[in-house]
Amino acid sequence: MESMKTKLKVQDFSVFYGDFQALRDITIDIPIRQITSIIGPSGCGKSTFLRAFNRMNDLIPNTSHEGQIFMDGQDLFGVDVVELRKRVGMVFQRPNPFPKTIFDNVAYGPRAHGLRDRAKLAEIVERSLRDAALWDEVKDDLNKSGLALSGGQQQRLCIARALAVEPEVILMDEPASALDPIATLRIEELLQTLKKNYTIVIVTHNMQQAARASDYTMFFNMAEDRAGYLVEYGPTAEIFTKPREKLTEDYITGRFG
Amino acid sequence: MSKPISDVQLERRTVQQATSSLARRQLSQRVAFAFVWLAGFLAVAALVWIIGYVMTQGVQMINLEFLTTRPAGGVSGEGGMSTTIVTTLYLVVLTIAIATPLGVGAAIYLVEYAGEAQRESRLVSYIIKVARTGVEILAGVPSIIFGLFGFALFVSFMKLKFSLLSAGLSGACLVLPVIIRTSEEALLAVPRSYREGSLALGATKWQTNVSVVLPAATPGIITGVILSVGRIIAETAIFWVTLGGSYRLPTNLLSSGRSMALHVYMLASETRAFEKAMGTAAILITTIVLLNLIINFTSRRFAARMMGRNR
Repeated sequence: MESMKTKLKVQDFSVFYGDFQALRDITIDIPIRQITSIIGPSGCGKSTFLRAFNRMNDLIPNTSHEGQIFMDGQDLFGVDVVELRKRVGMVFQRPNPFPKTIFDNVAYGPRAHGLRDRAKLAEIVERSLRDAALWDEVKDDLNKSGLALSGGQQQRLCIARALAVEPEVILMDEPASALDPIATLRIEELLQTLKKNYTIVIVTHNMQQAARASDYTMFFNMAEDRAGYLVEYGPTAEIFTKPREKLTEDYITGRFG
Repeated sequence: MSKPISDVQLERRTVQQATSSLARRQLSQRVAFAFVWLAGFLAVAALVWIIGYVMTQGVQMINLEFLTTRPAGGVSGEGGMSTTIVTTLYLVVLTIAIATPLGVGAAIYLVEYAGEAQRESRLVSYIIKVARTGVEILAGVPSIIFGLFGFALFVSFMKLKFSLLSAGLSGACLVLPVIIRTSEEALLAVPRSYREGSLALGATKWQTNVSVVLPAATPGIITGVILSVGRIIAETAIFWVTLGGSYRLPTNLLSSGRSMALHVYMLASETRAFEKAMGTAAILITTIVLLNLIINFTSRRFAARMMGRNR
């Protein structure tokens, strides 16, 4: 890991919902252009941690944090949140295309950032849909509603939508949990292509998925006071074959969680 | 850790002991069904009777001449109803043009921004609570109260006289709570995932509201607006004290006029032409029914489009 360049540097990071501590003292370096997965039992703060990187937690009232996160050395909480979210895209657990046409769904981000040129928009839409492995299925139906697609297609549409604003990091919150196994495999294949250009952080409930699709894995657990903490972090192969912590081994072998 | 799950004893006796006789439960089911059926039948029957009576009485009066001649005034109630149709149209357009932007704007504030403001200041929080309660109460206030308010403020104090403008402003006050509440409901029904999706792409909150939330809420908002149109067409008292009652065609915003509902009231109370009141009433009912059909049609079409079944 030493040779890897760090994209996201997290230092002593904690999150609080009011008085309740949801995450405790996370310190971790997330490498650039790799897939890093976050696994752990329900309620251990995986999503909270993921949503810290594009500051989606800001939307929840009474949320506060301690510690720091740096992206390329820049303090995440110091930059404008709109600018940050342009650089850090997100794909949600349930596909959430807007009730708009496929074209307008993908063009939404670029338009929001002020791009009006129709030819350029069309180019971006095509490129994003190609990168999300959806172009061939929808190229003749760009004016159809995004909601008319199947679940797996909708999720790839959401990935295309995120790619269209040309982010540096893509966060994925259990992107395949609402999909069937075949659609899931397509998303996983897609991840392998995307990591050439993007730093990907993915929360997953599915251990096989983490093992198959990610380069690094962090294992979170919930402490007695229900705060999430990082148990172990390392290359995925090591975490799954020779974990250092007993807890990690118990979890990946299905003893709890 | 707590004790192993395999040690937990399952208690299965309770439900079997509590089971009452099947016959009794089926009897109460039948009684309830009969009651519900009767209630439904009576409600529909009353409705059909009222509409049927007005329509059969009124239809005889309706012909092209009745629709296209002006009322002549006087106790005999000579003439048709042409100017009242046009006045009603003016009134509806004016009222909706005033009430919709205000109502939708207020709803957007209450749903999208009030929460944040409430957390920041206790005074704002208090004002918003009062405003919310105010909207609730106003929605149930009788229209004549709005009429008296409109008469005092617009007609007398602002010296707008009995006019389309006074009536439009008063009418807007009347339907504002309806539009605010239906728009609020519509905005609340927009899934949070749409908002999150848009914000996560780096759109601002305002861009999110304009490009994602409002379009998704439009069917609901339109329903509220159409309901308001129906209300304005149907209201009488409020316009009696703000619009005046002139049977002439209004020429500008400050002219007095007479809506269809007002015409029905005036014909029935001040002339001998009761059958013409019935004729006008029949047209009024037809308009309302058509309006309701339009609500049904549009909301269904919008719903279909939202779900992507239809382009």
